[in-house]
Amino acid sequence: MKRRTLLRRAGAASAFVALSDVLPAADAQTRRAPAREPLETLTQDEFDTLEAIVARLIPTDANGPGAVEAGAARYIDRALAGALASFRDTYRNGLADMNVLARAKKVVPFAQLSAADQDAVLTSVESAPFFALLLAHTVQGTFGDPFYGGNRNFAGWDLIGYPGVRLAVTAEQQNLDAKTAPTHMSAYDYTLFSSRKPAHGH
Amino acid sequence: MATELRRTDVVIVGLGATGGVAALPLAQAGLDVVGLEVGTWLAPADLSPDELRNNFRGWPQSVQKANREVPTHRPNASAPYSARPAIHPMMNAVGGTTLHYWAQSWRLNPWDFKVASETRRRYGASKLPKGTTVEDWPIGLTDLEPYYDKVEVEIGVSGQAGNINGRIDARGNIFEGPRARAYPMPPLRGTGFTEMMAGAARSLGWHPFPGPAAITSGRYDGRSGCVYHGYCNRGGCHVSAKGSTAVTTIPKAQRTKRLTVVTEAHVTSIDVDAQGRVSGVTYRKGTEEFFQPASVVLVASYTYENVRLLLLSTSKAFPQGLSNNHGQVGRHYFSHNQIATVNALFPRNLNTWYGLPAQGIAVDDWADDNFDHGALGFIGGGNLWIYSDRRPIAAANMSTFGRAPRWGAQWKAFIKENADRANTAYLQRTTLPYEDNYLDLDPTVKDPLGFPVCRITADYKENERRLADFIQDKMVQWYRAAGAIATEKTPVGTMGPTTHAYGGTRMGDNPETNVVDRWGFSHEVPNLGVLGASVMGTSGARNPTLTAQALAWRTAEHLAMNWKAIAVR
Repeated sequence: MKRRTLLRRAGAASAFVALSDVLPAADAQTRRAPAREPLETLTQDEFDTLEAIVARLIPTDANGPGAVEAGAARYIDRALAGALASFRDTYRNGLADMNVLARAKKVVPFAQLSAADQDAVLTSVESAPFFALLLAHTVQGTFGDPFYGGNRNFAGWDLIGYPGVRLAVTAEQQNLDAKTAPTHMSAYDYTLFSSRKPAHGH
Repeated sequence: MATELRRTDVVIVGLGATGGVAALPLAQAGLDVVGLEVGTWLAPADLSPDELRNNFRGWPQSVQKANREVPTHRPNASAPYSARPAIHPMMNAVGGTTLHYWAQSWRLNPWDFKVASETRRRYGASKLPKGTTVEDWPIGLTDLEPYYDKVEVEIGVSGQAGNINGRIDARGNIFEGPRARAYPMPPLRGTGFTEMMAGAARSLGWHPFPGPAAITSGRYDGRSGCVYHGYCNRGGCHVSAKGSTAVTTIPKAQRTKRLTVVTEAHVTSIDVDAQGRVSGVTYRKGTEEFFQPASVVLVASYTYENVRLLLLSTSKAFPQGLSNNHGQVGRHYFSHNQIATVNALFPRNLNTWYGLPAQGIAVDDWADDNFDHGALGFIGGGNLWIYSDRRPIAAANMSTFGRAPRWGAQWKAFIKENADRANTAYLQRTTLPYEDNYLDLDPTVKDPLGFPVCRITADYKENERRLADFIQDKMVQWYRAAGAIATEKTPVGTMGPTTHAYGGTRMGDNPETNVVDRWGFSHEVPNLGVLGASVMGTSGARNPTLTAQALAWRTAEHLAMNWKAIAVR
């Protein structure tokens, strides 16, 4: 709980850094066949590792889509070029460390481990600050407003039953047994706010 | 070299909760007022329902002056510093933090004004905690009642009265002091969850009631009624249902043509003449520096900045900081004992996805001195508050009550079932000032202009800790009566930077122990007034803003009525 609070503070601190010291365009080059959308910050190898991690943090299973379908790794890649830019090196080093741990275990990168082995590696680093950061950002990328690139198809909001952003809510919609249909709209889908979007979803 | 501007009658440093209120009676009295605000105007379109931006990325503080001067904190003079928060608890804008505050708008209760004498009378002097510097206020509730009333009408407060001229109404707070009349609007509506909790409180023999809020419960003064959309908490209101001074008293004062609002004005000092009277203020706007001469200066920039600005404004007459020749600036500081709370898990969905922190039910049976403390090891009490408010990232970050790990398939199954089944109470408790809790200037940490930031040296004492435990147990009892299947008490925490910061320029008749007199003017500098909770000597068990605003109106009205005696021309 305490660590989570510290993280949130740390994440918020970076927003100021990002705005006062805008980073140059991402220096990372995609070295493989281009993904469906070009990456903004991470290399393809880094992205593959990150995608494999978020797939275990919030897995796809009988309870529905997980962090992969929500695009949590895409959210993090984009945010590392903006609001979370101060964590760029933390991710570069942290993701490399995860592959070191994976290779020590089975001589393959993290993304190629079995799910059980991936869970074992993640459990071994649960108390590390980087793990807490990853988890916090994965939750943001799964349950945040889709404007920022995650929570695709409202996967996160549907998972927990959030009925969505509304500009007005009726008394009936606040009854204990109300069944309110989800809006499936971003805050910035509303005309009032669409003119004041935070830059580039960052 | 500062550019000297045209003289004005009154300059107000900060157009937030209190400066924004004080401007109105001054302008209406025909005085020329310059309001200096370091933030900008924000429009409804700026106040989007965006949890990531508002609640996780610290907007708008992350790009503001406030954030470059977050106070440092240490629990006591020999302890190491606490981790410094990245986000300042308050924001800069015309309207200040009233743009995104919870807007709970309480009056203090009669006991809060005379904690010292009432404790001695009822329990004996030894009942007062060791080391406390608490004094009775120089005024009582009856002195402040007319000003509470004026502010409630101007900003639009909704609520249910519990005591009108001594006539008790059990629909409201039966423990409140007498009011002259009802609230300007009925309370915000109840929800399925809040009604369920009210029923549980009644089953315990307690007296639940809807709390007062500076939020419109219907159309009021040209403003829309609340839309309950769920992003009120740090998000602001896109329909101006929240009674921020930015949409109430400030524009009304501007319409008199007597108030000039200067935005992005960063005040760096309050200046004095050869006689030690205030002559005006110096501020920076962009790269330029200005001197604004004024006959009276009102400082209204929040507790930490009020204290810091006085301490930074040194002169021959005031070598230890303005109005600090008695060494009282920064003393009698305390923050609200409100961190320790209770989380509860219910066996059903609560449907609290919508609403706002001010849409809730209070219980005051365990507040103030409303119960016998004879056998208890503390004085004071707490206001129990439950409300309807939830957003998706926060919901996913819920406590798992020891029933699931923090990630993976089991965690996912847990939050899928329980994201709408948890609730967290808001428990505000009496907090006292102590000899060794204080504010001063940090010896090493500076803002980008090179000025020291404010340093907090303070921690909760035994009275606060015992009281927190007692109030948490009452809250557990309430949740259990409503059917909660699990509860957990969170730690009391420490006194770091907060939105409820009191003292530092305390109000009192004795200049040896107080910075301002009973009207809010400095004992040492008669044409300097101080607005905000920094003048409050006790906290009560409820949000401070309405009391700070009522005091601000009273100070402003006193100034207008005694202009010739106070102003230095």
